Amino acid sequence: MLYLFEQCLNGMQLGMLLFLLAAGLTLIFGIMDMVNLAHGSLYMLGAYFAATFVEVTDSFVAGFALGLLATLIAGMVLEVIAIRPLYGRDHLDHVLGTFGLLIFFNELVRLIWGPEGRTISLPSEMLTAVQVLPGVYYPLYRLVIILATLAVAALLYIIVMRTRVGMLIRAGASNREMVGALGVNIKLLYTLVFGLGAALAGFAGMMQAPISFVQIGMGENILILAFVVIIIGGIGSIRGAFAAAIIVGLIDTIGRAFLPDLVRYFLSYSAGSSAGPALSSMLIYLLMALVLIFRPEGLFPAAGK
Amino acid sequence: MKRTLLATCAVLALATAPALAQQKTVKIGFISTFSGPVAAIGNDMRNSFELALDHHGRKLGGLPVEVIYEDDQVKPEVGVQKVQKLIESDKVDFIVGIIWSNVLLASLKPIIDSKTFTIITNAGASQLAGEMCSPYVFSTSWNNDQTPQAIGLYMNQKGVKSAFLIGPNYAAGKDMLEGVEATFKGKIVGRELTTWPTQVDFQAELSKARNAKPDAIFAFYPGGPGIQFITQYSQSGLKGQIPLYTAFTIDSLSLPRLKDQALGIPGAQQWVRDLPNEANKKYVADFRAKHKTDPSFYGSQTYDAVPLLDSVVTAVKGDLTNKNGMRDAARKADFKSVRGSFKFGPNHIPIQNFYLQEAVNEGGEFRMKTVATIVENDQDKHVQKCKMPN
Repeated sequence: MLYLFEQCLNGMQLGMLLFLLAAGLTLIFGIMDMVNLAHGSLYMLGAYFAATFVEVTDSFVAGFALGLLATLIAGMVLEVIAIRPLYGRDHLDHVLGTFGLLIFFNELVRLIWGPEGRTISLPSEMLTAVQVLPGVYYPLYRLVIILATLAVAALLYIIVMRTRVGMLIRAGASNREMVGALGVNIKLLYTLVFGLGAALAGFAGMMQAPISFVQIGMGENILILAFVVIIIGGIGSIRGAFAAAIIVGLIDTIGRAFLPDLVRYFLSYSAGSSAGPALSSMLIYLLMALVLIFRPEGLFPAAGK
Repeated sequence: MKRTLLATCAVLALATAPALAQQKTVKIGFISTFSGPVAAIGNDMRNSFELALDHHGRKLGGLPVEVIYEDDQVKPEVGVQKVQKLIESDKVDFIVGIIWSNVLLASLKPIIDSKTFTIITNAGASQLAGEMCSPYVFSTSWNNDQTPQAIGLYMNQKGVKSAFLIGPNYAAGKDMLEGVEATFKGKIVGRELTTWPTQVDFQAELSKARNAKPDAIFAFYPGGPGIQFITQYSQSGLKGQIPLYTAFTIDSLSLPRLKDQALGIPGAQQWVRDLPNEANKKYVADFRAKHKTDPSFYGSQTYDAVPLLDSVVTAVKGDLTNKNGMRDAARKADFKSVRGSFKFGPNHIPIQNFYLQEAVNEGGEFRMKTVATIVENDQDKHVQKCKMPN
C-alpha cells in the first residue's frame, strides 16, 4: 500500500512536469489558435539557459531565475520574429513553420553549446530523501518539483482569472476582433501570452534537468505527451491541462511499475520488460482515443468556446 | 609572369607526384559516439587513440596514418550506415572503435562480408565471442558478461544474500544481468530492464527496488545515464539503506560529476588507471598532461588498438592485402598493453584479469583505484560456440 503511494507520488511528479509544458501549449493553442511544435524547443532552451547560468553564477537559485528570464525573453523575441507572420494562416502552415523552428533550434543549440549536452548538479542539501509518511521516503528534490509546480499553477490561476491582463487574455480568446476594436493592443497581448508559455516550458525543462540530462531534442518526446494532455484536458483549458497532466502522469508511472510484472506472468522475462513500458504508454493513447470518442471537447473544456 | 607561375607549378607537380605515389597510408575508420549524453565516452576514446598514434609517431608499421572519425549517435541504424560508408566509399584498411553492443551487432555483417580487419575497442556482445566470431575481427575489451560475473563473485564474498538487478533494455543490458546471475549465489528478488537510451528517470524503478527489500542492488548504466542513476540513487536516500554494486557505471568520465556520491560504490574492470606497468604509467601520465584528467577504461582499450595494429602492419611489412598474415600476427598479441600481459582466446576476445575498483578522493581530485583482483585470466563462457572459420 505504501509502495503504491510512493509510485503515486512518482506519477504526480511526472504529471506536474507535463502540466508546466501543457499549460503553455494550451494557452497558445486555445487563445492564439496556434499549433506550436517548437514548444519543446523552449523546454530545451530553458534547460540549457539554466545549465549555463548555474555554471556562471555557481548558484542554483540565481541560475534558475536568470534562466527563466532568458527563456521568457527568447519566447517573446521568437513570437515577434517568427510566430506573428503565421497568425490567421491555417493549422498546416503552423505545423510546417514551427516544425522548421524545432529543427532550427536543435541546430542552433548544437552550434552554441556543442553536441555533448550538459548536466545540472543539485546542491548537496537536495540529495536526500524525506520521510513523507512513516516508512515512505521520497527524494527531496522531487517534492520541490511537485510543490513549485503547484505554486506556479496557483499563480497562473490568479493571473488568468483575477487580474486585468488575465481578463484580456480570456477576452482575446473569445473574440479577438472585438477586443482589438475596443482599443486593446492585441499584438502586445499575444507576445505576452507566448512569452508566458515559453517561460512555463522553460521552467519545466530546467526543473527536469537535474534528474535527467540537458541535451539536443530533449523536448520532443515529452512534447507528444503534452499534446495528449491538452487533448484529454480540453484545448485552451488550464484547469483541464492540470487534471489531465496528473491523470497521464499517474497512468504512465503506475503502468511502468506494475505492468511489466503482470505481463511476465504470461510471457517470457525479456518480453515482459519490453512489452510492459510499451503497454503503459499505449494506455495513455487509449485514454486519449476514448476521450475523443465520448467527449471530443475534452474532460474540462474551456468556457465560452 | 604567367609563364613563371606555370613553370613553378609544373616543377612542383613533378617534385611531389612520385612522392605521393610511393607514400602509402594506413586508412582507419573510427566508429564511436560523439553526440548526446554519451559523447564523453567517444571523446575519451578519440583522445586516447590520438595519444597512442602520437606515441607511435603517427605511423603504423612505418606507414603514415589517416583516421576518419564517424559518430553513430548511439543508434544501430546510424552505426551500420557509417560502417558501410567507411568500407564502401572511404575504402578504409581498418575499422576501430564501437561502444555499443547493439551498434556492433548491426554492423558485424558488412564488416564480416567485406573481410575488413576490425578492432572492437568496447562493445562486448556475447554473439561476437560465440557464434558470430570472425577471423578478421578482434576485441581489445571483453565480453559483456565477464565484468558483471566478477561483481557477482564479489557480492558472494561480501555475503550478499539477495539482489535486485537493473539495467537498460538492449543487447548489453541483458548480457550484464545474465552475467551477475551466472556467478551470484544469492536470490534475485527483482530484475528491471529500462528503455535505452531515452529513459533517464529511474524513480519508479528505484521505488520498486526499495519495496523488494534486497541486500544489494546491481546496476549497469554506461555514460550520462549512469550519472543520472547514481544521482537518483543518492537522492532517493537508498544509499545508506541498500548498497549498490555496479558494472560500467562509475568511471573517470562520470567521477568529476558524481564526486563523493560515487564513494563506497564498488565496480569491476579489467583495467584501472593505477595498474603498475610501464606502458600504463606512460599512457596515464601523458594523457593527464594533455587533458588534465584521467583516461577511462574506454580510452585504455582504444589506446591498446594502436600498438596491436602497429604489430600487425609491421608483421606483414605494410602489405595490407595479406589478411591471413595480419590475422596470424594479431593472434600473437605481440605488443605492450596498458593492462600488463595481454593474450587473445581462440575467439579473439582477451583472456584477462578483472579487478575490484573504487572511487577515492585524492586531495580534492576523485580518481579510480584498484582494490583487489577478483578473477585471474578469465575467459568468456561463449568461446565454445565460436567455430572460427579459416
